[in-house]
Amino acid sequence: MNNLSNRSYIIVAIFAVVGIVYTILLFRLQVLDSDYKQYATNNVLREVVQYPARGLVYDRNGKLLVYNKTAYDLLITPREVQTFDTLLFCNLLNIEQDDLERRIQKAKKYSRYKPSILIKQISPENFAILQEQLYKFKGFHSQTRTLREYTHPVAAHVLGYVGEVTGRDIQRDEYYKSGDYIGQSGIEKTYEKQLRGTKGVKKFMVDVHNRIQGSYRDGEEDQPAEIGKNLISTLDLDLQIYAEQLLQNKKGAVVAIEPSTGEVLAMVSAPTYDPSLLVGRVRGENYSKLLADTLKPLFNRSLQAKYPPGSTFKIINTLIGLEEQTINLQTRFECYGKASSPIRCTHNHVSPANVVDAIRESCNPFLWNTFRSILNKYKTSAEGFNVWRKYALNFGLGRILSKDFPNALKGDLPQQALYDRIYGEGHWNALTVRSLAIGQGELGVTPLQMANCCNAIANRGYFYEPHIIKEIENDTVRSSVKVKQDVGIEARHFEPIITGMNQVTKGNLAGLIGITGHDFCGKTGTIQNPHGSDHSAFTAFAPKEDPKIAVFVYVENGVWGSRYAAPIASLMMEKYLNDTIATRRIVTEKRMMEANLLNPIQPK
Amino acid sequence: MPRRNNILANIDWVTIGLYLLIVLLGWLNIYAAVFNEEHQSIFDITQRYGKQLMWIGAASVLALIIMLLEVNFYVFFSFIIYGLLLLTLIAVLFFGTVVNGAKAWFTFGGFAFQPGEFAKFATALALARYMSSYGFKLQKPKSLLTIAAIIFLPIAIIILQNDTGSALVYFSFVLVLYREGLSGVVLFFGTLFALLFILALVVSNLTLAIIMIGMVMLAYLVFNPKLKQFAYVFMVYAVCLAVFILADLVIKTNFETDQFIVAGAVVASLFVMYSSIKRRLPNYTKIAIVFIGSVLFTISVDYGFDNFLQAHQQVRINELLGIESNPMGAGYHVNQSKIAIGSGGVWGKGYLQGTQTKFDFVPEQSTDFIFCTVGEEWGFAGTFLTIVLFLTLFIRLVWLAERQRSSFSRIYGYSVVVILFFHFMVNIGMTIGVMPVIGIPLPFFSYGGSSLWSFTILLFIFIRLDASRLEQLSV
Repeated sequence: MNNLSNRSYIIVAIFAVVGIVYTILLFRLQVLDSDYKQYATNNVLREVVQYPARGLVYDRNGKLLVYNKTAYDLLITPREVQTFDTLLFCNLLNIEQDDLERRIQKAKKYSRYKPSILIKQISPENFAILQEQLYKFKGFHSQTRTLREYTHPVAAHVLGYVGEVTGRDIQRDEYYKSGDYIGQSGIEKTYEKQLRGTKGVKKFMVDVHNRIQGSYRDGEEDQPAEIGKNLISTLDLDLQIYAEQLLQNKKGAVVAIEPSTGEVLAMVSAPTYDPSLLVGRVRGENYSKLLADTLKPLFNRSLQAKYPPGSTFKIINTLIGLEEQTINLQTRFECYGKASSPIRCTHNHVSPANVVDAIRESCNPFLWNTFRSILNKYKTSAEGFNVWRKYALNFGLGRILSKDFPNALKGDLPQQALYDRIYGEGHWNALTVRSLAIGQGELGVTPLQMANCCNAIANRGYFYEPHIIKEIENDTVRSSVKVKQDVGIEARHFEPIITGMNQVTKGNLAGLIGITGHDFCGKTGTIQNPHGSDHSAFTAFAPKEDPKIAVFVYVENGVWGSRYAAPIASLMMEKYLNDTIATRRIVTEKRMMEANLLNPIQPK
Repeated sequence: MPRRNNILANIDWVTIGLYLLIVLLGWLNIYAAVFNEEHQSIFDITQRYGKQLMWIGAASVLALIIMLLEVNFYVFFSFIIYGLLLLTLIAVLFFGTVVNGAKAWFTFGGFAFQPGEFAKFATALALARYMSSYGFKLQKPKSLLTIAAIIFLPIAIIILQNDTGSALVYFSFVLVLYREGLSGVVLFFGTLFALLFILALVVSNLTLAIIMIGMVMLAYLVFNPKLKQFAYVFMVYAVCLAVFILADLVIKTNFETDQFIVAGAVVASLFVMYSSIKRRLPNYTKIAIVFIGSVLFTISVDYGFDNFLQAHQQVRINELLGIESNPMGAGYHVNQSKIAIGSGGVWGKGYLQGTQTKFDFVPEQSTDFIFCTVGEEWGFAGTFLTIVLFLTLFIRLVWLAERQRSSFSRIYGYSVVVILFFHFMVNIGMTIGVMPVIGIPLPFFSYGGSSLWSFTILLFIFIRLDASRLEQLSV
């Protein structure tokens, strides 16, 4: 028996070996290997993104245009969900049971442990009701997001909208993560970087169920979100509202610019839409509806419609003629009215007409002769055409005027190559392209470009880049807006034009479009439309001396320039200059606002 | 008749001190494991630390009762206690509640009770009683069979309860038998087969065959270092292997190369066995037999693993052996447990400061994975101290067992220490990922009334026996 008691040493040795082995293993695990500390940190660390509020947008007078409202996302953590009253839940959220089921399945597929968004952007009103009952639903919680809110349902096209980032946005800029919002058009897009601010991050410790247990290292490593910068736009809210009222139930566009600065005072594309339609949960549905609307409310006519400028373009052709000295103040061209060739004149007026007459009367033969003289001045028509074209470019036609308008189009300013292709090189001349003389043919100009031309005329030969943002909080607006752009035409050549334009507002039209207390200048345009009633255009600036506002108005199917576009333009200018509309014009104002031109065929 | 003061004087206060220290440390770590800001009162019995305090109180009462009982009570009633507990175990099979997949619990009200825990001390008593009986000889087949029956009865019932982990504990009695004279060969084969078991599952059959053939050649060389005879044996193996490998290349069969190699080695071993018997070289005979046995064992392990083990058991064994690794699946426990312990560093994160612990990343942390709390909040200093504390207790108990006059007390004492040791080894081993996750508690440390009471009873019966070591027991 005694020799067996030696075996106790073997047994103790076994204990000791296990103890030593475990000690070594523990030493390796706890002391030598530092990976586990990192794993433990990763386990408990949750980074919660802090979304900054987007910058606000004000009008030029400091009136608020765009601000933020709180919305709530409802999140689900599938693992924590317990049986709940789905009927009540669906009623609270106003969704269908099978829709809920689908959403829950989707969340489960994403992760059973991590929260994912079940329902986005619940309004504060709806959320308040839901929140009272939320305790009944285990595994659901909310997060706060900010959504855009508008003080007035105007300027939708200028302000643009915000939407969820696409895969391409994420690829282009690492800042964005799936589910983030990004400006997708208008100011929201152009000034996205300033408006969005900087996302912050808060580090929390979570337990195994992903429930937040407290801040990580007392918030030492948190980065607060930086709210977006506020913008002061150049828009005049009152003028914008007024212009939209005048254009309601019409198709067309209005652009008003302050000539001395290039600041866009109002920019309307009609029909327009309420910008708040493209916010929040209803956005997708509304967007589809707007997209399907045959009147194309999403189409920004002020930047994207390539209208033939019609008679409003005659001013520019005349100015080119004067600068090129192919005509002068003494030049008169015969007008045979409807018998004129190759372009007949639709107006009854003195003949032969000089420059002032031609502008006042919108004389087609005068303009044809002027245009021909420009093209014929040079050895070949093509050379003359290129000179003409250079002036048109100087006026801002056929090119993008400003970065402020991300959706703006260049418009069509035909190149020599186009005509060479159509007619063959050297086989075309002024006659071939005569439509250009009266602002038709291959010419396609956006309302912004036309307003800018008017701007240049009001300034007698120069303009500043038309832009929409006046100031950025704690930042500067790009310097290009301060650069004077010369159109290459001497100031003196503008005087006869301006006189002619001034006379336009004083003749037959004085009663309709006269502005109390201000002498102003304008030019009508009636653009032939093979598909229905002609389009109505008017370009104007006021006052005549030291102009404060230049306007271009285009009303589709507006029949004549003086029928809708001219009164609308003058009402806008009166409103802007005088703040009120003279009593005698209330009737006109009412008629403009009530006119419904959505039917393409209008009575003559 | 023993006198009270006599007993008091002979109580081993060192063991009781160690016991109290471990229980206290266990409770502190349970408090940390379930701690939350809302319930801070240590007496809050809705919380586990509050309950554990109750269990500790009750365990003290139990210990006192055990100390007060007549020492011969344990000897006299050992078989009856054993029988009663077997009946209880069987009753659980029919009336028990399923917890964590095992039908091993009785529940009354809010409390659960696990009879399997108590079967350990009962088995130890029965074993001690049987092996200390007059005229007992371990070597007799009848003795071995009876011992096997005493040990395997509870194992069988516990396996039926689907609580394989608890059943494994009973294999620790092998060490007791070893102390009482069981041949060291049993230990040798135990270790050999454990190694083969692991290798059979971890390495490819071909690798294993090569390892085994290498080992057997080494054994021939070591145990009979006569070069001439070894060269002969070597030739036998070389020829047999060559023939079988050639056969594999020439004949197209459904068998794999490794099967041919193994077959060749087995044939060679049989040949060596035959000729060594003739030439009276018993070492060669034994080695050859062991080799053939090992081959048969590995084959049956592969077959048994695929055909007899349940899916979750396969997964857990695979996890342990590193064959499958899925940190989010079955390996989740161990992974989080290692993170908890590993992130503790040298000095730990501080009491109640463990993030893994506080935020419940480790499942079952107050029970089976309580050691994680030690590792995370007290660091290597804490884990080392805990290991030292347990080893001190074990060595103390071995020393106490050895000083017993009666074999009943000695055998019971060894039973106590090997049961405690097995729990210690497997429990800590699984928290650091070197043992399979079989849910068995860390003695005195883990939360749970049943386990604390059963370990207390187990230990204090021995302390009681030890206190009366100078008396003659009525075996």
